[in-house]
Amino acid sequence: MSTKPALLPLLDSHGISRRDFTKYCTGLTAAMALAPAMAPRVAEALERARRPSVIWLSFQECTGCTESLTRADAPSLEQLILSAVSLDYHHTLQAAAGHGAETARLKAMAENAGQYLVLVDGSVPLGDPGYSTIAGRSNLDILHETVAGAAAVVAIGSCAAFGGLPAAAPNPTGAVSIGSLITDKPVVNLPGCPPIPVVMTAVIAHFLTFGRLPELDSLGRPRAFYGDTIHDRCYRRAFYDKGLFAKSFDDEGARKGWCLFELGCKGPTTYNACATVKWNGGVSFPIQSGHPCLGCSQPDFWDAGSFYRPLSQPWGADGHLAANAVAAGIGIGVAAGMAAIEAKKRAAAERQPVTLADLEVKP
Amino acid sequence: MSSTALLLWAKGPGFAFAAAVFLFGVTLRVVEMLWLRRRPDRSVARGSGALQGLRTVVSRFLPAPGLVARSPVVHVGGMVFHLGLFAVVFLYGPHIAAIRGMTGLDWPGLPTGAIDGATVLTIAAMIVLLIARSKDPVRRLLTTGADHLAWTATLLPLLTGFLLVNRVALPFETLLAVHLLSVELLLVLFPFTTLMHAVTFAFARYYAGAIAGRKGAHS
Amino acid sequence: MTLSLGNGLAALREQIDAPVAAFFSSCVHCGLCAEACLFYTETGDPHYAPIRKLEPLRRLWSREFTLFGRIGAALGLSRPLTEADLAEWEVLVYDSCTLCGRCSLACPVGNDLTAMIRKLREGMTAAGYAPEGLKKAAVRALTGISPVGVGEHSVRKLVEAQAAACGIPIEMDKEGADWLVTISSIEFIAFPEVLGALAKLFKAAGATWTIASDAYEATNIGVQIGSRDVAGTLVQRIVDAAHRLKVKGVVTPECGHAYQALRWEGPNLIGAAYDVEVIHIIDLLDRWRAAGKLKTSGKDTSRLTYHDPCQISRRGGLEPQARRLMAMVAADFVETADAGPWNWCCGGGGGLSANHRAKDLRLTVFGPKKRQLEAVKPEGLVTACSNCRNILEEALQHYDMDLPVLGLVEMLAEYLDEEPS
Repeated sequence: MSTKPALLPLLDSHGISRRDFTKYCTGLTAAMALAPAMAPRVAEALERARRPSVIWLSFQECTGCTESLTRADAPSLEQLILSAVSLDYHHTLQAAAGHGAETARLKAMAENAGQYLVLVDGSVPLGDPGYSTIAGRSNLDILHETVAGAAAVVAIGSCAAFGGLPAAAPNPTGAVSIGSLITDKPVVNLPGCPPIPVVMTAVIAHFLTFGRLPELDSLGRPRAFYGDTIHDRCYRRAFYDKGLFAKSFDDEGARKGWCLFELGCKGPTTYNACATVKWNGGVSFPIQSGHPCLGCSQPDFWDAGSFYRPLSQPWGADGHLAANAVAAGIGIGVAAGMAAIEAKKRAAAERQPVTLADLEVKP
Repeated sequence: MSSTALLLWAKGPGFAFAAAVFLFGVTLRVVEMLWLRRRPDRSVARGSGALQGLRTVVSRFLPAPGLVARSPVVHVGGMVFHLGLFAVVFLYGPHIAAIRGMTGLDWPGLPTGAIDGATVLTIAAMIVLLIARSKDPVRRLLTTGADHLAWTATLLPLLTGFLLVNRVALPFETLLAVHLLSVELLLVLFPFTTLMHAVTFAFARYYAGAIAGRKGAHS
Repeated sequence: MTLSLGNGLAALREQIDAPVAAFFSSCVHCGLCAEACLFYTETGDPHYAPIRKLEPLRRLWSREFTLFGRIGAALGLSRPLTEADLAEWEVLVYDSCTLCGRCSLACPVGNDLTAMIRKLREGMTAAGYAPEGLKKAAVRALTGISPVGVGEHSVRKLVEAQAAACGIPIEMDKEGADWLVTISSIEFIAFPEVLGALAKLFKAAGATWTIASDAYEATNIGVQIGSRDVAGTLVQRIVDAAHRLKVKGVVTPECGHAYQALRWEGPNLIGAAYDVEVIHIIDLLDRWRAAGKLKTSGKDTSRLTYHDPCQISRRGGLEPQARRLMAMVAADFVETADAGPWNWCCGGGGGLSANHRAKDLRLTVFGPKKRQLEAVKPEGLVTACSNCRNILEEALQHYDMDLPVLGLVEMLAEYLDEEPS
């Protein structure tokens, strides 16, 4: 652990009272789906925590995840929590550059061996490492080197968690997720493009409180945040259940706030907390603003076709394919029909009429 | 294969294959059926064959009087099954959205609760009809393996759809993929099994009505 | 010998058309046709399910007239039809179907099973699998005129006797008559009084009529046994006689299948449209009734009901005509359950009355008719088909039911005002 100041004094210096902090911890406890009785323990853990060393690696990414954390509308608790950790390496945010920066990383790794957290945003180009290098070294190389002594890895954002946009077909860089490369350390995926800030802080808080990562689902996501679909928690769900859908962005249904399913909303397949935690300090989330969910925290969302095509609509068959299938059916049907007519004609020519002699019953 | 990849396959290549087989097979069977034609009827008509043919397409939706009492299970079960299946397939919002997306056609749907109820009733009717089928000597004699295949292929989309809407087991995306795959199985089997009756019934009724109609007889 | 499996299959192939393909494509094996079939309801034997009786035709269609079926056949997935199949199905196709048409009306997908049984019989006969009774009747019809052997001499004697009895001359082979009236052999044998009744009715309507000495027989055994060749020959006889006698039209008598054969199948059997009108006697009488040509006085006061002959009501649509005529003569008319389009067959249609080996089964399937009658307890049963009338009398006697069976034409003649209009 780093020897930097503990959390509470730091919060105090930012004008955050203990009362605010307790409230925050209660919220965080709820967000993590822990029993309310756990709130004091969370607060205690955070209070006591010496700022853990965090190394943030950015690979093939767009910096959106960092933006999500840092560009909040006000100095949020999330930001403060983040500043409460010892962010020893983050090449976008840190002042140091070049050798100084890399040295800081190596130093943090050596000082906190086995205890530091590695946060990664971006995917790793496995196909052609040349697409993304830092200080002339491949992402893969840096990742393996950095993770070797880490306590756990947090894959932040859909790129790190699932490959993300760089992995979109035809995936020119051969981008892969962090989880697929790390097999010997716990990896928690926090997908989202970007992920919700509180999700990131909550996971860190959980790690600080319990010394381990929170309970994960089959895709390595914390169940507390990714346990329900957007659809299940959506305030527009009642319209879906009544069969009331907006059919365009400017129709009566859209104005009345009806369900956006037919406009391509991916809420039903998307596991995330947007509908409950919301964004920008709980102000809103895309559906509330009248736009369907893109499903950005789901694997492969980037290849799942148009954002505006209804989830239930297959796209494999277009008019061209349908026309071809029907044309083939007509063609072969006519050929089969002609063969059948020929068979009937042959039968008519072959058939011998029934005569009197045929009907005479032999004794 | 991830559930998303499975869903993508089901929506893309899987659906393309199923739709192609369905459209090709159904068109082929209808064309080869119509190509057999009818001999021109040289008798002088007493009534309109075409008119009664069209009327019969509709009128046979109603059960035959007297037969309901003889086979109440088949009649009530069959009616519930067909009406339920129609509602579930064509009046459920996401289904309408899919059809609208592919064809541009649009119509109002029913609330999810109604569709849910219809699904339960439809599945119940299918089970009752299957049991009735297994107990009745006539239907036992007539039933083929292909009938059971068609029954299963019809049940699967209903079942997976119900699980999907009610979030029973498996992630939504996986279930949606499985649901789509079950629909695709139904589409692929359609031209090769008695499922074809859903298309040819109209022709059969028309012909029966037309044959009787020109005699001024009943159909 | 032309009859062989190959010949039968060729005959069947000729019968496959778009309706057959639509019907077989649509069957979902629901079994409702069986519930409509008197052979199933009275025996409970599932083999009598109408669609099951069509299995040979279905197999031929599927194997040879569908692409998927042909591929399946090439892969050995289906068996070709064999002599054994036809032999097994002969009794189902002939002994357990009166072509009554209830199944065709009941089928939810609209399959005209009756029309297909008719087609299947073409193949059965061409392959040599027709019942002896029907073959013998066909031979009699081809070598003579009548399927039961009523010769021209007998017909002349009967006509003379009935003309004398009613006091109106009936001239046979009268050129230029309005109508050529055909008669069923059953009428000659069992109900010859109908000749006198016809004489009265035609006289009252002011129409002239005649009977052809070479084409007096109305029934068509060719349609029953299922042979277009035989049926066409028999139809042609009547058409030729109509031309020879220069009549305006041909009347089919109180016989259901004769009506179907001559009125509807006839032009297709001989391959040419008629140039004369062909009409059922009930239809003609109702036309005269509407024109005010038939005046009656008095009515039968006993409790009467009407048996709808399948080919005249269900498959002919002439039950309103029959009821309008009944209303002229019956003071106490009562309908049975299922009357009209859904009436139950007497059990003797479709060649069953000539198929002697099926007699016991025929009496068994009289059940529904019997129950219909027991429910309304009529004092008289009127019908417009001499074959029905004959079968009804036989069955009523068998079941010790004391109920007179009357012909509608005779009933009407009985209450007719003698004055010509």
